[in-house]
Amino acid sequence: MKYLKISNWGYSAQRIFIICAFSIIPLALLFTFAYLPVINMFQYSFTDWNGYSKRFDYVGFENYTRIFSDPEYFKVFIVSLYYFVATFVQMGLALYFATILSFKIRGKNFFKGILFFPYLLNGVAIGFIFLFFFKPDGTLDTLMQAVGLGQYTQLWLGNPNIINVSLAGASVWRYMGFNFIIFLGAISSIQKDVYEASDIDGANRWQQFRHIILPSITRILQLNLILAISGAISAFDIPYIMTDGSNGSETFVIQTVHLAFKYGKLGLASAMAVVLLFIVILVTLVQRVTMKGEE
Amino acid sequence: MNKNKGWMVLLTMLLITSLLAACSSGGGSSQAGEEISTDPADIKGEITVLTQRTDIVDTVFKDYAVEFNKEYPDVKVNFQALADYEGQVKIRMSTKDYGDVLMIPTSVPIADIPDFFEPLGTYDELKDKYTAIEERMVDGQVYGIPTVITFSGIIYNKQVFKDAGIAEVPKTPEQFQAALQLVKDNTAAIPLYTNYASGWALTQWEADLPTVAGSVDYVNIDQPNTDENFVAGKPHYELYKVLYDAAKNGLIEKDPTTTDWESSKADLANGKIATMALGSWAITQIQGLTDTPDNIGFLPFPTNASDVVVPLAADYNIGMNVNSENKPAAKAWIDWFLAKSNYAVEQGGGMSADKNAELPPILDQYKDVTFSTLTPAKEGQEGLVDKIDNEGEIGLWQPDFKKRIIEAAIGNRSESYDDIMKDLNDKWVKARTELTK
Repeated sequence: MKYLKISNWGYSAQRIFIICAFSIIPLALLFTFAYLPVINMFQYSFTDWNGYSKRFDYVGFENYTRIFSDPEYFKVFIVSLYYFVATFVQMGLALYFATILSFKIRGKNFFKGILFFPYLLNGVAIGFIFLFFFKPDGTLDTLMQAVGLGQYTQLWLGNPNIINVSLAGASVWRYMGFNFIIFLGAISSIQKDVYEASDIDGANRWQQFRHIILPSITRILQLNLILAISGAISAFDIPYIMTDGSNGSETFVIQTVHLAFKYGKLGLASAMAVVLLFIVILVTLVQRVTMKGEE
Repeated sequence: MNKNKGWMVLLTMLLITSLLAACSSGGGSSQAGEEISTDPADIKGEITVLTQRTDIVDTVFKDYAVEFNKEYPDVKVNFQALADYEGQVKIRMSTKDYGDVLMIPTSVPIADIPDFFEPLGTYDELKDKYTAIEERMVDGQVYGIPTVITFSGIIYNKQVFKDAGIAEVPKTPEQFQAALQLVKDNTAAIPLYTNYASGWALTQWEADLPTVAGSVDYVNIDQPNTDENFVAGKPHYELYKVLYDAAKNGLIEKDPTTTDWESSKADLANGKIATMALGSWAITQIQGLTDTPDNIGFLPFPTNASDVVVPLAADYNIGMNVNSENKPAAKAWIDWFLAKSNYAVEQGGGMSADKNAELPPILDQYKDVTFSTLTPAKEGQEGLVDKIDNEGEIGLWQPDFKKRIIEAAIGNRSESYDDIMKDLNDKWVKARTELTK
């Protein structure tokens, strides 16, 4: 009976108990909502499940052979290139704003708020906002006419050559705030006296950026780059909501969703999700290895 | 020693917690096997009805519940409206909690229906009472009854046609294109609005296939047995040629990628749009947006076939969750809803599945047109069209290839109409061979 009271246990037993007790719930949640679905996904990827039936057959690697033997399924990665290029624009802008706003300027917090705000918005809302923005005679066209650029207006979503640029632009607008806030955090952790010392030495803003800020945040820069590139490969919400992947804006994830829910091919779609997972892991690994080499 | 005991206590606690959790999740016992009484006074319980009608769930449906309670005072009816009905119900159906009464999602494979739905009666019992119950039937048991019987074709604005100088309603594809051209030349209205961006609106075209074929047999009998489904001269080719030609000749909206379904209804009602290819269910919705509802007309899809056949099709089928704990109450609601609510005519813009129902007044001008349901598939071929469709990733009832046709027609793609049709036919042949070998 003595051992039923926790206070009678030894210190280390109590410690282990507390640690376990506190981690049960987060671990259970993590397992239920992160690992279990992934395990199921791997399982489904070897079946011909249609998403409804209580029965399904195991078909071995048939789904995978189908993906890798039909170029149709991989063609859509070309669209990811647009988002990949946009990634650099996004990081550049984020770094630029973060640097400026880390110096003393008026209305600093106001601008911080404005820049971070889009990231807080719901993706669906952003999709609809940009639908109105890109509509013929919509916000963008009106704006361009007002500043005398009326002759350059386009069918921003109707023209297959620029639809992905438009969509990637919306994506940059949405995710830049996230990069920005991380950069800002990293930059503000730099000691103030370093700036003061450089001021005394007569360094200008560009030199401070080049020789103090940039070297101090390399790690964060790499992290953001990895996040942004895997984001570009798995781009989904903006094009899905705005165009549903039509007119040549279909990304790999949209294609997966269509296969699963339009054509009832959950097995094949799971296999594609697994392939995407491995591509993202691979890209991340390659990046880490090449970045390490630089050090 | 001390440490080990601690672990034991911990493990015991874990075990108890998991047992308790298991108990609470398995706790709800079902009332299966109970004697079923049909006396309204004996039927009690609380049921949840899922509906796709977000627009009227808080108004019309509330009134239905009041009327229903006059007959069945002890049944409490709750409603849940789902905006993306098909998508959300699909996810909920992987649990047991998907309401007591619901619309059977069209994407559930027919063979899987008995796993999810309770039979409402045998075919022989119900066939004299209701139309179009064959569609969701498995082994002679009927699992769903259509809430509305709709018909498909072109919905148009009569005033715009008059302003454009169109004397007679167009019957053939050539006359139709000419009429659209007249609208473009003589009025400010958009001749044919595709609703490209909404996606689902494009799937409405597929419903007009029997009219183009001129036969109610084509869809389920001829189609699964042909390798020439998308070949020139065949119904699919002719059907979507209308869409392609209209888009090619600039007779559709300026930028299809930014269309908006909600405003398109108002635009058709007010004469900014001349025609849309939709089902009759849209008529009441469009008429509700204008002071001159008589301007909204219906015309059968243009066809070269000698007989004009307008297909009658079932809208969503109402069914009962097989896991429902209040099946008698759910059944009572279904019977009441079909017989007494008048939902089909007033809200569904079609006609009732009831065999004795009359054609709605908007069809008075089409005495020479045949209205008929589709012939069901031959035995052993039930659901074959869907299977070929899914296997080949063609998407007869998906917007994808319709979007492709529009994109090609307005010059966004380098392929021609014949290229697209050839591609679809190749997929069709491949999938069909795969499935029938």
